[in-house]
Amino acid sequence: MKAHRIRHWIGRIGLYFSVLMLVSPAILFFLWMLSLALKNESDNTAFPPVFIPNPPTLDNFIDVFAKNDFLTYTINSVIVSFSATGLALLFGVPAGYGIAKAKATKAAVLILIARITPGLSYLIPLFLLFQWLGLIGTLTPLIITHLVITVPIVVWIMIGFFEGLPGELEEAALVDGATIWQAFRYVAMPLARPGITVAMILAFIFSWNNFIFGVVLAGRSTRTLPVAVYNVLTFEQISWGPLAAAALVVTAPVLLLTLLMQKEIVAGLTAGGVKGG
Amino acid sequence: MFALPAAIIVVAVILFPWIFTLFMSVHDWKVTGATPFVGMANYAKMLVDERFQWAFVRTLTFTAASVIAPVVLGVWAAVCFSSKFRLKGFARTLFVLPMMATPVAISLVWTMMFHPQLGVLNYLLSLVGIPPSAWVYDGATVIPTLVMVETWQWTPLVMLIVLGGIASLPTDPYEAATLDGASPWQMFRHITLPLVWPFIVVASVIRMIDALKAFDTIYVITLGGPGTASETINILLYQTAFAYYDLGYGSAMVVVFFVLIMVVSLLLLHVRQKQAFQ
Repeated sequence: MKAHRIRHWIGRIGLYFSVLMLVSPAILFFLWMLSLALKNESDNTAFPPVFIPNPPTLDNFIDVFAKNDFLTYTINSVIVSFSATGLALLFGVPAGYGIAKAKATKAAVLILIARITPGLSYLIPLFLLFQWLGLIGTLTPLIITHLVITVPIVVWIMIGFFEGLPGELEEAALVDGATIWQAFRYVAMPLARPGITVAMILAFIFSWNNFIFGVVLAGRSTRTLPVAVYNVLTFEQISWGPLAAAALVVTAPVLLLTLLMQKEIVAGLTAGGVKGG
Repeated sequence: MFALPAAIIVVAVILFPWIFTLFMSVHDWKVTGATPFVGMANYAKMLVDERFQWAFVRTLTFTAASVIAPVVLGVWAAVCFSSKFRLKGFARTLFVLPMMATPVAISLVWTMMFHPQLGVLNYLLSLVGIPPSAWVYDGATVIPTLVMVETWQWTPLVMLIVLGGIASLPTDPYEAATLDGASPWQMFRHITLPLVWPFIVVASVIRMIDALKAFDTIYVITLGGPGTASETINILLYQTAFAYYDLGYGSAMVVVFFVLIMVVSLLLLHVRQKQAFQ
């Protein structure tokens, strides 16, 4: 009995040690990011490095917003990600329903191919197309290309959710004389609301994070936040504080969303292995 | 009927680029000027273009390492997170943060950490008596360093997929094994691993596709440098099309790149069907 207890405790210690080893690279990284953003420049370039900002300063954040038009870029990012997510839900939720009910495997494969295709491969022809249409320099090309990320995520997650729903309720509605559309709108969709939430969050995050479409298609005034932050690097090689502050501004909404909605996000990622671009 | 609007979008935003890419790949297409038909010349060029061939080899090396390390660590993490312990949900959320964070943002912070003189990583190495590394500033260490970033970022996705697999397992084999006095390692090796193997294969395929396509981190941290030491196909493709504006050659590369991704994914899925883990 005693040997058994000892083995149990060794197992527990091993488990906690493993978890610590696995989680610490993420924790230390984000703490260091925060530390860089809150320190003044002389502390940031000190060697050996200063770990705790003393006193912490917000100068880096003020500096970033003063020197760059970050407000415009934030608005751009918000418009692009919200539009791309909204449109994807509008088209993707019914599509997911249709594919799940019709067991349309071919359509599902098409979505998979969209997942596999590198983002860059859409960009050469679309870049030319938008140039011909005179749309370069507006937000429209960004919203359209971001659909490449958001639509597959929404459709893929919704297929999974609608497949998991029992069909009896809709059948009952159909027997009672509802149209297919009404059965979808008033029976299936309310039941799938958790799925829609998951799809919305993930589509939004991966659209927000997208860099490659913006770097090719955005003009000076239509940059999204990731592109704007990359430009801070090109112009200010040495100032680490503002750079870290800018990086934090871009990614903070996503990190907060992940912390707040962790259950939904984990469920969605587990189901689909989703990632955009 | 329900899928029609989405189908139209998919066709417009995905199918049109594909047809147009194929069309451009057989033309000498710069941004301005005439675009004469050149047949397979762009494809033939790849066969003699050493820069492309090195990028091809580099992409395969980078991908192999960026699949193996996250899959091994991800399975280990999934086993850990399938046990019960205090603060498990919170620890799991922290573990998932790297894959959710904006890639450009984390790449910038990594770049600062890799600084040879002032970077925090070389300082940490010096604390345990390891000589400083040049990280991404040396051709010999740049690929392993980028693989490290990729592993840090994407191990969580492997963990989540495998964790989903472990959660779906029946409990009775474990109860039987415990009664027979099996060690945790034996249970992992002979029960968990064979049963979650399909999930591990799916995670590997997804990881492989993403590693082949890796762009943001490499672009921000090294832009393919130093020299061309970390130039993968995706980076070379970007440079060819949007820095040199050789759209015809770039399109041919896209076609070859896509075929490569499809072939490797199908191969791996085929292996999964043929050979179940013993």
